[in-house]
Amino acid sequence: MFKRLSLPDAPAQKTVIVYFDGRQVTAQDGDTIAAALLSAGVEACRTTPVSGSPRGPYCMMGVCFECLVEVDDIPNVQGCQVLVKDGMQIRSQHGARRLG
Amino acid sequence: MTTHDLVILGSGPAGMAAAATAVAYGITALVVDEQPAPGGQIYRSIESTPLKERRILGDDYWHGKALVDGLDDPRIDYRPGTTLWQLTRRLEVGLLQGGHASMVQARHVILAHGAMERPFPIPGWTLPGVMTAGSGQILLKSAGLAPSAPVVLAGCGPLLLLLAVQYLRAGIPIAALLDTTPAGQYWDALPLLPGALRNSRTLLKGLGLLAELRRAGVRHVRHVTALEAEGEDRLERVRWQCGNDPEWHCLTTPLLLLHQGVVPNTQVTRALDCAHDWDERQLAWQPRRDPWLATDVEGVAVAGDAGGIVGAKASAMQGQLAGLGAAIALGRVSEDKIHGEVKRLRRDLARETAIRPFLDVLYRPAVHWRLPEDETLVCRCEEVTAGEVRRMAEQGCRGPNQTKSFTRCGMGPCQGRMCGLTVSELLADANGQSVAETGYYRLRPPFKPITLGQLATAAEDTSG
Ligand code: FES
Repeated sequence: MFKRLSLPDAPAQKTVIVYFDGRQVTAQDGDTIAAALLSAGVEACRTTPVSGSPRGPYCMMGVCFECLVEVDDIPNVQGCQVLVKDGMQIRSQHGARRLG
Repeated sequence: MTTHDLVILGSGPAGMAAAATAVAYGITALVVDEQPAPGGQIYRSIESTPLKERRILGDDYWHGKALVDGLDDPRIDYRPGTTLWQLTRRLEVGLLQGGHASMVQARHVILAHGAMERPFPIPGWTLPGVMTAGSGQILLKSAGLAPSAPVVLAGCGPLLLLLAVQYLRAGIPIAALLDTTPAGQYWDALPLLPGALRNSRTLLKGLGLLAELRRAGVRHVRHVTALEAEGEDRLERVRWQCGNDPEWHCLTTPLLLLHQGVVPNTQVTRALDCAHDWDERQLAWQPRRDPWLATDVEGVAVAGDAGGIVGAKASAMQGQLAGLGAAIALGRVSEDKIHGEVKRLRRDLARETAIRPFLDVLYRPAVHWRLPEDETLVCRCEEVTAGEVRRMAEQGCRGPNQTKSFTRCGMGPCQGRMCGLTVSELLADANGQSVAETGYYRLRPPFKPITLGQLATAAEDTSG
């Protein structure tokens, strides 16, 4: 869906390795989790509690909560608001997991 | 619990300007922002964007540099990556940073948390591959990410055009720009043009964007009246109709970016139970404010787009005004002393915002884009359709808090951010009452997900 532009004058970024449902994803330092997943071709990061339909990041600014993932065992993390860290274990969220 | 003279929520143009203004009066300001870096959405990633070639994002973007540099002041305690999960009427502020929750006491609060994109409920808008124009721009600015196949942009408003031009300049192919601006609206907006000419710079910029798209030969489809996203488990096709023509047109694409303007994000002012008014021109709720931008909750002001859409430049001016208001409220300066400065500021603000009525009317989404057909989902989280909301109105539901208890509409993780406007307007329409009478969701903290363990550490702050 998204690719990284090749920009000759961009400063070189450090590569960061994270895992999404066990699969290795190469990201760049400074990426949010959602950006990293989108650039790696991950389209859906969760399914809805009601119908189980797949969802992916929608607003990228913390409003829609479609980007919810589990990060290092903590559920309901907004992927578009948290930066990737080396070795991060990201898991897709499925089914009924209500907030609060 | 530590006490801070001034807590500012948001480090976009309004928040940054408010902080810079307040510290000049000897106030130390705590600025918190959810984002990892300053600038708000408009100047997002200005310090780190990989798009160094200035013409791609344009001068208005780089204009934010001075404001961002201003945050680098020892009297400003700027905390990025910090989420506001609670704010009480006694100005207790709940913060969450890197998984650690805390409470601080503020003496004065400026809310400058900006706008969000207006919900755009069309069939299929929940499919992966359908996102907002704002999200496309955020990915571009912050990570240099761009659509990997020709993208379809749909909707109306300045941001949509700007994104199209930015993609164009970055060499990203655009499959089509589907323009939903209603045909008659150019005429409706025309009488407001003389006022808009007071800010001719913004007006010319908009015309320049259109010309740039035309010169590049971007397929710009006007008067789109119906729009659908289709696909099995992800977006595969976009279909649309134009004018009164019954024929459907279709494009295969993996990515559709939607946009129909921005509206104030009222989540925090609602939870504070500030008075809000329905603005019929902007078709949005706005917290009620006095000339100092203070709400009816003692010690809380709202600056920038969070109080009504004014744009980046006017937001910074409002930030200054709110910063001066804070200095007065905290007893650091008397109103008389800054009389001249305030007068100038209000005059500049009036000139800068003179273009708003014109833009609001020109890009006002037509009613069928706001009140979708029965089968369309309006609440994305709990998957409630427009038809279900209408049926509840038939059964006697007058306001969104009633429909919420019957269907959970608005009770999912986004707490109604994505459906609130649509549900209020749907109920108003179905019940033949005004949106103001219909009202909005009653909201409670936490504003953002927080675990019980985190809550417990924050509670220690209040008791200690
Ligand atoms: S993508 Fe909307 S909250 Fe993260």
